Amino acid sequence: MVAAEVIRSIEEKALRMRELIVTDLIGEGKVGHLGGSCSSADIVATLYFHKMKHDPKNPKNPDRDRFLLSKGHAALVQYAALALAGYFPQSELKKVKSLGAMLQGHPDMTKTPGIEANTGSLGQGLSIANGMALGLRIDKSARRVYVIVGDGEQAEGQIWEAAMAAANFKIDNITAIVDCNRLQATGAIKDRFDLNPIRPKWEAFGWNAIEVDGHDVGALIGAFEATEQVKGKPSVILANTVKGKCISFAENNAAFHNGMLTAEQCKTALCDLETIRKGRA
Amino acid sequence: MAAKSLRTAYGEALVALGKDNKNIVALEADLGKSTMSNLFQVAYPERYFEMSIAEANMASTAAGLALTGKIPFINSFAVFSTGRCYDQLRQTISIAGLNVKICGSSAGLSDYGDGSTHQSVEDMSLMRGIPGMTVLVPVDAVETTKMVAAMVNNSGPMYIRINRNDLPILTPTDTPFEIGKLYTMKEGKDVVVFANGVMVSRALAAAEELAAQGVFVKVVNVSTIKPLDRQAVIACAKGMKAVVTAEEHSVIGGLGSAIAEALRLEKGAPIEFVGIEDVFGTSALNYDELLVHYGLTAQAITTKIKGLLK
Repeated sequence: MVAAEVIRSIEEKALRMRELIVTDLIGEGKVGHLGGSCSSADIVATLYFHKMKHDPKNPKNPDRDRFLLSKGHAALVQYAALALAGYFPQSELKKVKSLGAMLQGHPDMTKTPGIEANTGSLGQGLSIANGMALGLRIDKSARRVYVIVGDGEQAEGQIWEAAMAAANFKIDNITAIVDCNRLQATGAIKDRFDLNPIRPKWEAFGWNAIEVDGHDVGALIGAFEATEQVKGKPSVILANTVKGKCISFAENNAAFHNGMLTAEQCKTALCDLETIRKGRA
Repeated sequence: MAAKSLRTAYGEALVALGKDNKNIVALEADLGKSTMSNLFQVAYPERYFEMSIAEANMASTAAGLALTGKIPFINSFAVFSTGRCYDQLRQTISIAGLNVKICGSSAGLSDYGDGSTHQSVEDMSLMRGIPGMTVLVPVDAVETTKMVAAMVNNSGPMYIRINRNDLPILTPTDTPFEIGKLYTMKEGKDVVVFANGVMVSRALAAAEELAAQGVFVKVVNVSTIKPLDRQAVIACAKGMKAVVTAEEHSVIGGLGSAIAEALRLEKGAPIEFVGIEDVFGTSALNYDELLVHYGLTAQAITTKIKGLLK
């Protein structure tokens, strides 16, 4: 069992990440990928502030766990986590997407400390993660690769190529997390390529699949620990999430996949987050 | 001239280099018997990944392997290893300059029987357009062997375009190969022909024929099409009455384009291209017949040179 204060501290990090997304990484009158960043926030916080072995002072330490955001458009949530973890000064956040900035519109390993690969062209991160996991296996490393895939991203055929490959090579040092927020850029996934039920599909491709509430930090920790115990096959955590989670007007609203925030909306968002914080205290 | 298989040379070079360099790994998309990556599979099964018929996944997996310090070679026919996974090569591998090596085997028209779907007439163009991508076109088996070593010894994404058929040995074993260097195969004072791959032997034949008529042709093997040594190209073209390029590729975006780009500020000789005139390939029962069909011959080079000298 994980101590309640550990869970609370991860939850607080995730709240703080959402605040930074609103104030620094998007900001009043500007556009940014709010929805998918907020749906992934608790997963990303759990990985960076609890699960993964990593060293912000030595980002290239070979003895580190790897994290990839296959849904690279949610980079904002990773930038917030990396800043809070100390990979770079928090002052970098406000410069995001500006000319010459360390923080690009999508993750760029050549510019940002802590970014493991250039992702954002959807469908490719799981394959990259497989390659890393195979490389770590050759090196007899005990480290693990974590990769977040979007549920809309599962429409990319390459995801399923990678799913077959991971099962074929019995890659068990990988944990994929599908951020199941049920919305893609222009609307509901179920109205496009509906993959439901998702779990039997992953299982049929040879994966160990665990379904959890992607905003329940305790459940996420339990799921991560469970995947480490499974040998000889890859594991996927199907995390049921809410797009725009914790921001009232953005929850379950595809308009905030990459929407603009007005000054009023920024204020409301911060108010929402503070209310949640007070409710937890 | 003895002819030898470039793809066998490729596979053997990988095996030889892999003996000491344990970071070399190979990925194959179910064509290992053709690309000859299967030689590596036999030698080092633990460093060989049969990625099945899924080229996009193969390319991105190679990116991940490179990110853990490996030197992955991905293998398929040129048409697939460049076209089928272009986005993967561009996005993760090339933007980050990852150390992934791409083998485009059975390139150009060299897979003569399989027709347009399996013949690559635009792979050099595709790869040349990617910032930071090195593009190599070996002229023979000897140069192939040296090139694979250079690919291992130099970091960054690199593409090697390999002919399926045995080609005449034109280069010596004892001279070094350097990425980016132009190799003069024959000196001449009147005309320069820039060629690569199978067309180098055709250019040499054209030069021989024209020498008998008093026209002296310099033949340059442009086995690195990118990065192209612009100053060296300019030097080769200086004082020449005509410049001709010859490639087993579309005249759009390949060697001809690269040479024309390099010479764009020179007020020198007119430039003409020998290449495939913006059409796809087609099936034929033998390679030479197909090269003749597309005008990829010594005769075509001679005719273009004479046209410019009129």
